[in-house]
Amino acid sequence: MGRGTTAELKGSRRGLTLTGGLALSVAVLAFGAVMIGPYGLSPGQTLAALLGQGESQAEIVVWNIRLPRVGAALLVGAALAAAGASYQALFRNPLVSPDILGVSAGAGLGAVAGIFLSLPVAAIQASAFVGGMAAVGVVTLVASMVRNTDRTLTLVLIGVVIGALAGAATSLLKVMADPYDQLPAITFWLLGSLAAITTEDIGPALPMVLIGLVPLALLRWRINVLSLGDEEARALGVEAGRTRFLVIAAATLITASVTALAGVVGWVGLVIPHIARMIVGPGFGQLLPASVLIGAGYLLIVDTAARTMAQAEVPLGILTAVIGAPFFVWLLARGRRGWS
Amino acid sequence: MRYLLLLLLLVALPVQARTITDSTGRIVEIPDDVTTVFAAGPPAAILLYIMKPEAMTGWPRALRPEERAYIAEPYRDLPETGRLTGRGGEANLERVLQIEPDLILDFGSVRDTYIDLADRVQEQTGIPYILIDGRFENTPAALRLLGEALGVPERGAALVEDVEATFARIDAILEDVPEEERPRVYLARGPEGLETGMKGSINTEIIERAGGRNVADDGGATRGLVQASMEQVIVANPDTIVTWDPNFFGKVFDEPLWQGIDAVEDGRVYLSPTAPFGWIDRPPSLNRIIGLRWMAGLLYPDRWEGDLRAETRAFYELYYHVDLSDEELERLLAWAEGRPPN
Repeated sequence: MGRGTTAELKGSRRGLTLTGGLALSVAVLAFGAVMIGPYGLSPGQTLAALLGQGESQAEIVVWNIRLPRVGAALLVGAALAAAGASYQALFRNPLVSPDILGVSAGAGLGAVAGIFLSLPVAAIQASAFVGGMAAVGVVTLVASMVRNTDRTLTLVLIGVVIGALAGAATSLLKVMADPYDQLPAITFWLLGSLAAITTEDIGPALPMVLIGLVPLALLRWRINVLSLGDEEARALGVEAGRTRFLVIAAATLITASVTALAGVVGWVGLVIPHIARMIVGPGFGQLLPASVLIGAGYLLIVDTAARTMAQAEVPLGILTAVIGAPFFVWLLARGRRGWS
Repeated sequence: MRYLLLLLLLVALPVQARTITDSTGRIVEIPDDVTTVFAAGPPAAILLYIMKPEAMTGWPRALRPEERAYIAEPYRDLPETGRLTGRGGEANLERVLQIEPDLILDFGSVRDTYIDLADRVQEQTGIPYILIDGRFENTPAALRLLGEALGVPERGAALVEDVEATFARIDAILEDVPEEERPRVYLARGPEGLETGMKGSINTEIIERAGGRNVADDGGATRGLVQASMEQVIVANPDTIVTWDPNFFGKVFDEPLWQGIDAVEDGRVYLSPTAPFGWIDRPPSLNRIIGLRWMAGLLYPDRWEGDLRAETRAFYELYYHVDLSDEELERLLAWAEGRPPN
């Protein structure tokens, strides 16, 4: 951004090397994940199928099932981690996750309403996306009406309120749903899973996530300044309100898109930025790409476990919580190094 | 004063009562003449409707428009009472008390949770609560027990005869079919068709009973409903798929991912009707007896002898107390052939 000092330039060179290393690791992981699955394929057969030289059924498995699923895992992990890193900087709080403003609760309500009305899958996903966007829209609207000096606190509190309301509405639909038909589908959706991902599902989500990532990347310097506090940001000539609005809009777009795709997957956006910070430090310019890559790799590993651990699928949201929560406690126990 | 109260209580006690032992071995004291019964959930409501509809106090869930035609007129508009499922059930105990049933009936799982719930509700309300095992194997015993409890033993016996005859017909055609030669069946639930019941779950026991093998089988490590992945379905490669979800059924023949599966290639994906209740599940109660015959016909077309039209008409009359018009029967048969009503 032309504001760098020599020290920062050195730092960014080191950051580039790190980022390159991370990207390479994720690529290797992705390649490995395509090799693994219940449909017995040797690495050779997998390669042949990838190159279009395999048996027709093997090609279907590799191209239409494993690749979309690996792609979706990368996309969802990257998106949630990016949204989490942005929010943690914006709210100047390491305990913030992407659903702080109610996006997951809203998306959950949208999806559950879709299942309740027995809509087709694409409509359920659209309904989840709209629900997530609408929830945060309502939060920002209500927050803008509340006259309060502390904007972020107001946002968070109203986010909690709207999230709780959406959660209550979801529970109401669960109570009304057919227990032998819709309720299991609702339960599985709320636990998060990539079991049913197809290439068509990724189609709408990918551009949305990219559209959301661009402003975050462009605004990285301002987000960094914002994490110092509104007063300091103003002194440095950053208009806090507008930047905050843009970051919220971008992060919500990202989170709502991947939640519509995968269901509710927690603990990724909260934990991954911490790991990224331990590796590249707190500067948002390097934190964002590192979070994106680590998030992608992490969710890929977890989802590969989810689809290969047992005969049946293990819901993704359960695994991310089981891994993420203890890890987070460990992070807290280590003290808050790497944050300031 | 206190003695007077005590005396009044003694006088108010039911003069006559008998005891009945439910599926879990609980000994429950019930009135001689049971005229009203509260069904704790959908499977119990169906069993009660089949056995003694005039004793019903309501439906756990109000009937949907497409279901109404298949329920006898007097019972279409019974109030919605909700379910009694312990915590999270929406039936209110005060409401149950207000209805004042002679008996509360639950049919289905007899795990400890439900035994505990039965005991607690019985203690709180003072209304006798019987719990009956809802598995296929227990159907004749369940019908006899309930016939006894509701004072309609002949009705129970007539249904037992029909159920046992159905089981016997299937067993006869399965006699010389070894396990490994039986069709490999996948029960597809949910909008994606990727939700299923593991072998041994009450939701899929119809597969084994009709002479198929459930492909969702991990030797009993997992129970109940699970999410499957597309790849697992491809690996399992079932030769028959059964579903009741019209959304899934409508797209399975066009979804590229499903094309390589034997069942789809051979056009052996079947849609179960769901009016008034599901034929194969949803919920797992006596409604599955017609599904059993339908499925045996699908799995063993050369061996199964039975005219679905006549069987359906007779089943709806005997079990659901409805005399189907030609148009209503046609609608069901078209549904069972993959053309659901819109």
